[in-house]
Amino acid sequence: MTDRALAVVRAGALTTVQDLGRPGHAHLGVPRAGALDAPAHRLANRLVGNPETAATLETTLTGCAVRVRTATTVAVTGAPCPVTVDGRPAPWGAPVRVPAGAVLDAGPAVHGLRSHLAFAGGIDTEEVLGSRAADLLSGLGPDPLTGGAVLPLGAPYGPPTAADAVPHPGPVSELVLPFLPGPRDAWFTRAGLRTLTTGRFTVSAASNRIGLRTEGPPLERARTGELPSEGMPLGALQVPPNGLPVLFLHDHPTTGGYPVIGVVPERFLAPAAQAVPGTPVRFVRLGRRPARAAHSG
Amino acid sequence: MRPLPVGEHGLLIELDSAEEVGALHAELLRRAADGTLPPVGEIVPAARTVFLDGLADPRGLIAELATWDVPPRPADDRPAVEIPVRYDGPDLADVAALWDTTPDEVVRRHSGTTFHVAFCGFAPGFGYLTGLPEPLHVPRRDTPRTKVPVGSVALAGPYTGVYPRSSPGGWQLIGTTDAVLWDARREPAALLTPGTRVRFVPLETAR
Repeated sequence: MTDRALAVVRAGALTTVQDLGRPGHAHLGVPRAGALDAPAHRLANRLVGNPETAATLETTLTGCAVRVRTATTVAVTGAPCPVTVDGRPAPWGAPVRVPAGAVLDAGPAVHGLRSHLAFAGGIDTEEVLGSRAADLLSGLGPDPLTGGAVLPLGAPYGPPTAADAVPHPGPVSELVLPFLPGPRDAWFTRAGLRTLTTGRFTVSAASNRIGLRTEGPPLERARTGELPSEGMPLGALQVPPNGLPVLFLHDHPTTGGYPVIGVVPERFLAPAAQAVPGTPVRFVRLGRRPARAAHSG
Repeated sequence: MRPLPVGEHGLLIELDSAEEVGALHAELLRRAADGTLPPVGEIVPAARTVFLDGLADPRGLIAELATWDVPPRPADDRPAVEIPVRYDGPDLADVAALWDTTPDEVVRRHSGTTFHVAFCGFAPGFGYLTGLPEPLHVPRRDTPRTKVPVGSVALAGPYTGVYPRSSPGGWQLIGTTDAVLWDARREPAALLTPGTRVRFVPLETAR
């Protein structure tokens, strides 16, 4: 089935093969990796009849274009963008039949940051530890796309099981990140904790798949120095010596020595995948115990 | 043993020593194999902690942990992994100076030590090996190297490590090995997994 492949026409700023990642190997120093906007990845797969585990392409800001060697059903989700087939407009967020030899182009994000392109049968690159995801921290999985690269496609799984009605997501005007304090919140002063929930933070341009960096007021530490290295979860708000929290995303290191002031549960992480640099960030403390009512005046 | 909740599904268990970490890690693996540990996504030992993630009920496990009697880490009856080393690293003389001895003596002491993989991190297959006594702990380089060659055998703090691939790094390089630390097609992919015993075997070199 050598015809079941796509050739990269325009790689875009950063386009990677992603699936649901390779959890369960953190003790070997292997990051989880996988789609940052997991709901968009899952939706794109459903639209083309793939299981959620099939690999898709995750673009960054400028989209990408590929030529399919055989007629293929494709869907684009995540960041909304203009979709064309051989230059003719095609729908975003819906299955699109792309004829053999035609070029599917997912253009620059209208808003948001990362689009997902699913192809019937999925991207069929070699699995590493049970996943095809590109891990940009440790280099596992396929390299980011380059012009002319050829990626194999798997055999189609069958017709889509459901026709999702896909709402067009609006722009992310503010990234709200609910978090649970700890495990190292005691390394910060009360003022430092207050700064996290009241300070004006924005998404830094230095953000990537490893972490969403922030700009804003530094968090005051109660203790100085480094921790002995300890395990780091997805969604950790790790605070390096500059005092500015970094939200650990899917390619984060599995251990680290800077204190984690709080953790954003995984179910709240997808919007972080779509927040462009400059987006305001608000950290909202989730209560483990019933929250005290705010006093007035 | 101090368990700290991590997010909604994680638990960071803080311990007083590397020995306690090794003992709890072995006990967790034993219970996971027996099916007496609740389902867990990750078990990540580190310097003074074991991190568990993907727990349905971390608070329930905190209560259960309080009732555990954790035995010392059982003796490992598997043979130690032997890593052949050419002790030709660019920092060998500096380490000899820090140890107040000669390069030959560094080779003798390092290769005469049985190490344990305390934990992994930094890169897939990078193990933090303990075993050197405290007087032989050395600082990192003042200026990290932008490129440490694959297979470099290195020291920093209480640890010895082997770079599984070329990367930036600040550890003191004392030698090189051709051993393959990471091979995704191998099971397990990492040569050095937590708990593994390791010995370094010197190869003849003309220094």
